Amino acid sequence: MTVVALHRIAAARSGDKGEGSNVGVIARSEAAYRFLVGALTADKVRAHFAGINHGGVVRFEAPNMRVLNFLLEDSLGGGGSASLLTDAQGKTHGLALLRMTLDVPADVLAATPAP
Amino acid sequence: MQPKRSKDSVLVANGQGFWGDSILGPVRLVKEGPLDYLTLDYLAEVTMSIMQKLRQRRPDQGYATDFVRLIDRILPDLVAKGIKVVANAGGVNPHACKDAVLAVIRKHGYTGVKVAVVEGDDVLADLDRLIGAGEALRNMDTGAPLASVRERVTSANVYLGAFPIAEALGQGAQIVITGRGTDPGLVLGPLIHEFGWQPGDWDRLAAGTVAGHIVECGAQCTGGNYTDWRKVENMALIGYPIVEARADGSFVITKHAGTGGMVNRDTVVHQLAYEMGDPAAYITPDVIADFTSFELVEEGPDRVRVSGVRGKPATPTYKVSASYQDGWKSVGQLTISGPDALEKAQLCARVVWERLAYDGFTYGPDERLEEYVGANVCHRGVAVPGAAEPTEVVLRLGVKGPDHAKVERFGTELVPLVTSGPPGVTGFAGGRPKATEIIGYWPALVSKTLITTRVSTFEA
Repeated sequence: MTVVALHRIAAARSGDKGEGSNVGVIARSEAAYRFLVGALTADKVRAHFAGINHGGVVRFEAPNMRVLNFLLEDSLGGGGSASLLTDAQGKTHGLALLRMTLDVPADVLAATPAP
Repeated sequence: MQPKRSKDSVLVANGQGFWGDSILGPVRLVKEGPLDYLTLDYLAEVTMSIMQKLRQRRPDQGYATDFVRLIDRILPDLVAKGIKVVANAGGVNPHACKDAVLAVIRKHGYTGVKVAVVEGDDVLADLDRLIGAGEALRNMDTGAPLASVRERVTSANVYLGAFPIAEALGQGAQIVITGRGTDPGLVLGPLIHEFGWQPGDWDRLAAGTVAGHIVECGAQCTGGNYTDWRKVENMALIGYPIVEARADGSFVITKHAGTGGMVNRDTVVHQLAYEMGDPAAYITPDVIADFTSFELVEEGPDRVRVSGVRGKPATPTYKVSASYQDGWKSVGQLTISGPDALEKAQLCARVVWERLAYDGFTYGPDERLEEYVGANVCHRGVAVPGAAEPTEVVLRLGVKGPDHAKVERFGTELVPLVTSGPPGVTGFAGGRPKATEIIGYWPALVSKTLITTRVSTFEA
């Protein structure tokens, strides 16, 4: 097992969804996707975003795209025009998630091309 | 390789991801390779409310004026190549938009160019009729009935589907102007028209919806906003996306040969993952598309084929997007240089709140903002390895609330810090921040049976 940033095995894109943000995580390989289905739980993502998100986190799976999609339910300071935040649309939340560090098995790393 | 143009396929490009996107997208799309349809998205959630205000002041306003300037610039190419345009530029005044476009067509001296208007989305004047018919228009997030903010509502629009657009194209329109509709519908409409897809062709309607979702944010599927950004070549002249669609619902995402950026499985999936919600149920008025159903294959350079899209029957409702006056906000900023930039910026914030409190103005934790730009405001609370003390900080302070005078008062206490705060405070350009309106967003559902759409065609 090696501790790496999520960025090593996944990419991401995020944006606003009402008063919350939608963070899509795109695994860089099938092996990485299978690992993340187990390792990147909604609870883990919720803890990671504790400073940003004040609501729950819901996770969806799209294996055909190797995507785990997370809804952060209250992460935009009110959302839309009511938000005072610099990142009122959650555009940077994907990159924030890619900063998470994970203990990744060697075979998953070997099967996943580095960015 | 250029997108393939044949009698079996249709080329639909999106040249505008949002109001404010680069004009170079559509200008280049009509010049740099083959194309059948150009779609353009101008409307965001808050746009309709702003447009209603413009229209109240001037009855010939309330639409996306950028669109008229664009048509003026690309009309010769549209006419010479027979490219059709579908745009939601009509805002809350599609007929004024149509009149401006017809004036441009006449100015260029073209005759016989048909312009269609799709209407029925604007239900602001119909709200009482809808509520009277038993529609509470409950907020989809909070459950509250629209009646609770009724007198503050400033706009209300239904997201219409793709069939009225197809109807407009069936009437021979070269330019279709709509108000509020779904973004993917701008692409699905031309495909319904070209291939004769019917309501109930769920898989094909879902396929056109997925295609529309992939291209709806313009260059976001061709290498823009892409995680591995160093791999993106010629970002300056990034190509905007083109759907090469077939009657069976399969399609290829591509771009014109020689343009910048790139189209591969990863750039396309990046966009599919954007604003996706539940991937198994992407709901539009035309269909429920299943984003977990299809397959993506790279079939050549800058060509990704999508096939096997499955759809489920549409719901009996339209989504309504209403906006209402929801108070006031004010945000201002100062730049604080080092040494000790962050510590001094924190002192500045304290000073502002204490001076306002001295004068009787206090703001609760949910009513005020303190941001130290340069010290991890985007990723608050997320560990950033190796982060150093910033050499300068932008202090961003803001307040919001229902009381205009209280919000306005805040703006007067920022600039004084230049002479009455710690040293190194600058960057006060732009003057005193002013209170601006907060436009509240109210998503709701309404029965399709209560909404009537109308399509009409005009000729220069």
